Amino acid sequence: MRSLKIIWALILKDLRVEWRQRETLASVCVFGLLVVFLCDFAFEPSGEESLRLLPGVLWIAFVFAGILGFNRSFAAERENSCLEGLRLAPVEPGLIYLAKFAANFIFLAVAEVVIVFAAALWYNFSFFPVFKWFAVIVLFGTLGYVAVGVTFGAVAANTRMREVMLPVLQFPVAVPIFIGAIEATTSVLKGDTPAQYLSWVKLLAAFTVIFTVLSFMLFEFVLEE
Amino acid sequence: MQKSSMTVHAVLTAAWIVLALYLIFVYAPTDANQGNVYRIMYVHVPSGWTAFVAYFIVFLGSVGYLTRRSQAADDLAHAAGEVGFIFCSCLLITGPLWAKPIWGIWWTWDPRLTLTFILWLLFIGYLLVRSFFINPGRVALLSAVVGIVGFVDVPVDYMAIRWWRTQHPQPVIMGGPNSGLAPPMQLTLFVSWGAFLCLFFFLMRQRLSLIRARRELGLLRRELAAD
Repeated sequence: MRSLKIIWALILKDLRVEWRQRETLASVCVFGLLVVFLCDFAFEPSGEESLRLLPGVLWIAFVFAGILGFNRSFAAERENSCLEGLRLAPVEPGLIYLAKFAANFIFLAVAEVVIVFAAALWYNFSFFPVFKWFAVIVLFGTLGYVAVGVTFGAVAANTRMREVMLPVLQFPVAVPIFIGAIEATTSVLKGDTPAQYLSWVKLLAAFTVIFTVLSFMLFEFVLEE
Repeated sequence: MQKSSMTVHAVLTAAWIVLALYLIFVYAPTDANQGNVYRIMYVHVPSGWTAFVAYFIVFLGSVGYLTRRSQAADDLAHAAGEVGFIFCSCLLITGPLWAKPIWGIWWTWDPRLTLTFILWLLFIGYLLVRSFFINPGRVALLSAVVGIVGFVDVPVDYMAIRWWRTQHPQPVIMGGPNSGLAPPMQLTLFVSWGAFLCLFFFLMRQRLSLIRARRELGLLRRELAAD
């Protein structure tokens, strides 16, 4: 119970900081929108092509928006020695990981809603018929991606060229999640039955669980001075 | 003592490689389906197994460092990361060279090839983290975390040809009923793998001695500067 209160307090901290500046949210949303926008001009998809291109375009937008979010999440902690404050707090490091996970997930989720809305508008594609399962797949994919992103964001924050290190470290590990998410999204948008993309969803769930548990255990080393 | 043991190891490696080359080009029979092109298998498959062994050592070294703060474990992980990268690159070069005449394509994104490419990127990521670290005191710690998280890929990559239908051939050595190599081919393959492992361990020893020499040099420099 105490753990939950701690996690909640940490999440609120991140949300409150974000609310005052709204920098992360703004940049993440705008960047995602730019990716969708550019792809629209790059490919000029017709209705038929939209169906083929949208899963890839959406997930590229989510992934790049996520990168921005993870970088900022830990960059913000470096100011005013906030990271030292976190280290000194009598909190299990794994809980800090879970709180960062939740906060980043919320930011990315908000960005995804904006991106999907814009994509529906610009590509003239209606997500409503398949909305429930589409949302489930995006949820699982985002969970897996954030699990990996938060860990490597924390690691990359300690390196030179951290904006470049985060994608370099993270993408190889996140590729199975990326592939699973795109395959499942393609399947659901085409109108396949859930049975057909269930194996991809299982893959996403398995990777999410593995990476979350692993990161939870390893986060104390990441935070260690 | 150290120097002569390195020399012995070098000579042994060279001899083993020569033996393997003889077996590969002279002793091993020509394949019924693929002709002589298949002989690249004797380089491709051992490279792969050695790359997996290398990343496993990275994993063990990383765990050893995190649990015991053993500098030796971290050195082992560092050396294995570098040498393993070479063998993984060899794997990714010999693979397409073999694929083009047999499959007609250089590459495809099937599970095995994709996961192996990811392994290659993981090696690169591991080495980049070590190079670009700001605080030298913590580099071992964080590279250990990266090494452990990356290791999730290795067993999945190894099992990929068993779990999924892939472009890459199904298991031949420890596969199902219709798999298996002719005995002369099997002998050649294992001798070749032996040669690769011998080379791998030789390169590891060289790299480890270089790491230790550099550390000693750093300490000596600091001592001199302090005086």
